[in-house]
Amino acid sequence: METIDALLGGFAVALTWQNLLWALIGVTLGTAVGVLPGIGPALTVALLLPVTAKLASTSAFIMFAGIYYGAMYGGSTTSILLNTPGESASIITAVEGHLMARKGRGGSALATAAIGSFVAGTLATIALTFFAPLVVDLALQFGPAEYFALSVLAFITVTAVLGSSIARGLASLFLGLALGMVGIDMQTGQSRLAFGVPSLLDGIEVVVVAVGLFAVGETLYAASRYKYGADQIIPLKGSLWMTAEEWARSWKAWLRGTFIGFPIGAMPAGGAEIPTFLSYYVEKRLSKHPEEFGKGAIEGVAGPEAANNASAAGVLVPLLSLGLPTSATAAILLAAFQQYGLQPGPLLFQNEPQLVWGLIASLYIGNVMLLVLNLPLVGVWVRLLTIPRPLLYAGILVFATLGTYGYRQSEFDLALLIGIGFLGFLMRRFDFPVAPVIIGLVLGPLSEQQFRRALAISQGDMTVFLTHPISALLLAVSVVALVAPAVWRWRKRFRPA
Amino acid sequence: MSLVISRTARTAGRVASAACVAAALTIGSAAHAVDNLKILVPANPGGGWDQTGRAMQQVLQGAGLVKSIQVDNKGGAGGTIGLAQFVNSAKGDGNAIIVSGLVMVGAIITNKSPVNLTQVTPIARLTGEFEVIAVPANSPLKSMDDLVTAWKKDPGKMAWAGGSAGGTDHITVGLLAKAVGIDATKINYVAHSGGGEAVAQLLGGHLPVGVNGYAEFQAQIEAGKLRALGISSPKRLPGVNVPTFIEQNIKVEIANWRGVFGAPGITAAQKKDLSDTIDKMVKTPAWKEILKKNSWADFYLTSDEYAKYVTEENTRVTAILKDIGLVK
Repeated sequence: METIDALLGGFAVALTWQNLLWALIGVTLGTAVGVLPGIGPALTVALLLPVTAKLASTSAFIMFAGIYYGAMYGGSTTSILLNTPGESASIITAVEGHLMARKGRGGSALATAAIGSFVAGTLATIALTFFAPLVVDLALQFGPAEYFALSVLAFITVTAVLGSSIARGLASLFLGLALGMVGIDMQTGQSRLAFGVPSLLDGIEVVVVAVGLFAVGETLYAASRYKYGADQIIPLKGSLWMTAEEWARSWKAWLRGTFIGFPIGAMPAGGAEIPTFLSYYVEKRLSKHPEEFGKGAIEGVAGPEAANNASAAGVLVPLLSLGLPTSATAAILLAAFQQYGLQPGPLLFQNEPQLVWGLIASLYIGNVMLLVLNLPLVGVWVRLLTIPRPLLYAGILVFATLGTYGYRQSEFDLALLIGIGFLGFLMRRFDFPVAPVIIGLVLGPLSEQQFRRALAISQGDMTVFLTHPISALLLAVSVVALVAPAVWRWRKRFRPA
Repeated sequence: MSLVISRTARTAGRVASAACVAAALTIGSAAHAVDNLKILVPANPGGGWDQTGRAMQQVLQGAGLVKSIQVDNKGGAGGTIGLAQFVNSAKGDGNAIIVSGLVMVGAIITNKSPVNLTQVTPIARLTGEFEVIAVPANSPLKSMDDLVTAWKKDPGKMAWAGGSAGGTDHITVGLLAKAVGIDATKINYVAHSGGGEAVAQLLGGHLPVGVNGYAEFQAQIEAGKLRALGISSPKRLPGVNVPTFIEQNIKVEIANWRGVFGAPGITAAQKKDLSDTIDKMVKTPAWKEILKKNSWADFYLTSDEYAKYVTEENTRVTAILKDIGLVK
C-alpha cells in the first residue's frame, strides 16, 4: 500500500517534538481565533506568514493546519454559549446549541460539538488520505447547473428553521435574499440596492449579519426583559458530561454530518455553510424527537458541527490535489505554499511528498490534540454562563463589536452591526425567526449567480438543469423533500394505523 | 462570504519572504529625502495591492531609504473607497502615498466614483502582470487562430471564464474582440469570484475557454491540464513557453499594472522627494528579488511618463467598457 507507506512517512515527519510543538501552538491559536467573531483562520495565517518566513516549511504548514482545524472547534464554543457565531459555518450550531445551553445542557452541547468535530475531522482526513483524487474528479463535475440545483436543495432546509409561522419564516427568508442582493452584481458589474453608499458596493458580510442578529439582537432582547433583583443564573442541569441518551442521539448525526460535509467542502463552490444547513435539515427529519428542534435538540448541534469540520477537510482536497483554493483560508494557505517556493497544483504530491504527507499526518495529530484540549475546557467554558447577566451581556456586546471591527477595520460595518442588531431585537420581539435570514443571505447570491452562469453558457436554454444528470437528480430530490412530508401527513390522516 | 477569494490572495505570502532579503542589506544611507511615509492600500490584506504596499515597506525600510513606514488598509469597491479617503484626508501631505492600478481605473468608471486619479499626483508605475488565455487540455482549440475562427463562427457559444465583470480579464476579452473584429456586445463573459473557481470550471469542462492572470493558471498549465493559447505580454516571458497575442497577429497588449500616487496638492519639491525615493527603491536588489518571486514584470515608469500612461489607460479602458456595454 503506497498510500499507507507515504502516510507513515508523514507521521515520522509530524511526530518529531518540534513539529508536535508547532501543532500544539497552531491548535491553541486556532481555538482562540475561532472564538472571536470575525477574526478567522484566514486572517490569522495571513498575519503569521511574515513571522514564519524563517521556519521550515513543513513545521509552518503543520502549525497552519492546526490553526485551520482549531478555528473550526473554537467557533462552536461561542455559538453555543453566547449565541455569537465566530464564523458563518457555525451559525446553525448557534441556533440549536444556544438553546441547549439555556436549558442547562451547555456542557453536553459543547461535548457533542467537540467529539463530533473530532469524529468528522478524523473520518474526513482519512477520506482525504485515500480518496482525494476520486473526490476531486466528482467535485469538478459540478458546473453552474449542478451548483444551482444544489442550492435549490439547500433552500428546502429553510423549512427546518421556519419556526411557528410559515409566513413569518418566509418573511425572514426574503429579508435575507434582499440583503444578499446588495452590492455590485458580479455578472454585470452594476450596483444594486447600494443607494450610492460606496461601503455597500462590496455587499453585506454574512458574519456581520449573523453576529448582529444573533448576538446583538438576542442580547438587546434579553436586556429588555431583565428586571433588577431578579437575576437568575442559568443552572447547569444534570451531569456536565453527555448522558447515554445523548451519546445515542449524537453518533449517527456525527456520521451523517461527515458524509454531507466532506464532499460539499471539496466542491470548488460548495462552501462550509450549505453542508451545515443540509445536515440540520436531515437531522430534524430523521430525529425521533423532532419536537425538540427549535428548543435545543442535541442532533441539531452534533450533525452541523460534524458537517462543518468535515467540509474543512474537504476544502483541502482541491487545494492539495489541484492547487485550487476554494475558501479564504485555502487561498492564504496557497499563498504560504508559494512563499516557500512550492508550486501548489497537480504536481505537489509528486514533488513534495514529505510536506504533503507531513501536513496530512499533522491533521490527524491536530484533531487528537484539539479533543484533548477542548474536552477538559468544557467545564471551564460553561462557567461563563454563571457570570451575572449585566456583565455577560455587556461582555457579549464588546466581543461582537471587536470581532466585527477586526474583520475589515470598517466603521461602516459597526454601524451596520448596530442597525442589524436592532432589527434582530425587533424580530425577536415580534417572534420572527432569524436563521432564515442567514440561509437567504448565503444561498441567494449563490443560486442567482449559478443560475445566470448556467443560462449564459447554454445561451438561454432552460433545459440545462434537466439534461445534466447530477442537476436533474438534485432537483428531483428537492421536489421529493418538499412534497413528501405533506403526502405523508395526508396519507396518515386518511389511513389511520 | 467565505467563498469570495481575492484572485490575487494566493500570492499574498510571497512578499513575506522578501523580508529576509531586505534584512540582509546593510542599513545605512545618511540623508533621507522622505523621513516617514504612510502607504494607503485601498484593499483588504492579501491581494495584489496589499502585497505591493507591504513589499515597498520592506524594501524602503530595509535599504534605509525611509526611516518609518506605516501601511494602512482601506478596502472596498475596487479601491475607490480608499481613494476617496486619500483625496479627502491627505491633501498636501508630502509623506503619504496610495497604491493603485488598472483595476482602480476600471472601478472609478463603473462605480461612477466621485473621486478619480486626476485628483492625485502620479509618482511611479511599478509592476505588471500579464493575462493568459487557456483552454482545457482536451479542447480542439490549439492556437489563437483556432480560437478566433470558432469565436467568429458563433460568438455566443464561446463562453469565457474569468474574474469579475469589468475587471482586467473582461477588459482583455473586450480588447481581443475588438482586435479580431468581433462585436464586443456579443461577448459571452461569465464572471467568477476567484481564480480558483474559474480554474475549476475550466478543468471540469463547463466552459470552453478561460482568461486570467498568468499566475492563476500557471500550475495547471505546467501540469498539462490547461493549454495556454496566448499571453498579453509584448514579448515572450523568460521561462514561460506561451506565444504572445502579438506574434499570433492579434495586436493586443495589456498588463494588470500597479503603481503609486502622492497626495493632491503637494509641492514640486515634495513630489520630487517621493519620486527620488521610489527611484532608489526600484534599483535595489531586494526590489528586483521581489519582482522575481512574484512573477511581476518590471513596469517602472517615472512620474511624468506615468501621468501620461494613466491618461491613456483611462481612455482605452473607458472605450472598452462602453464597447462591452458595462458603461453607458
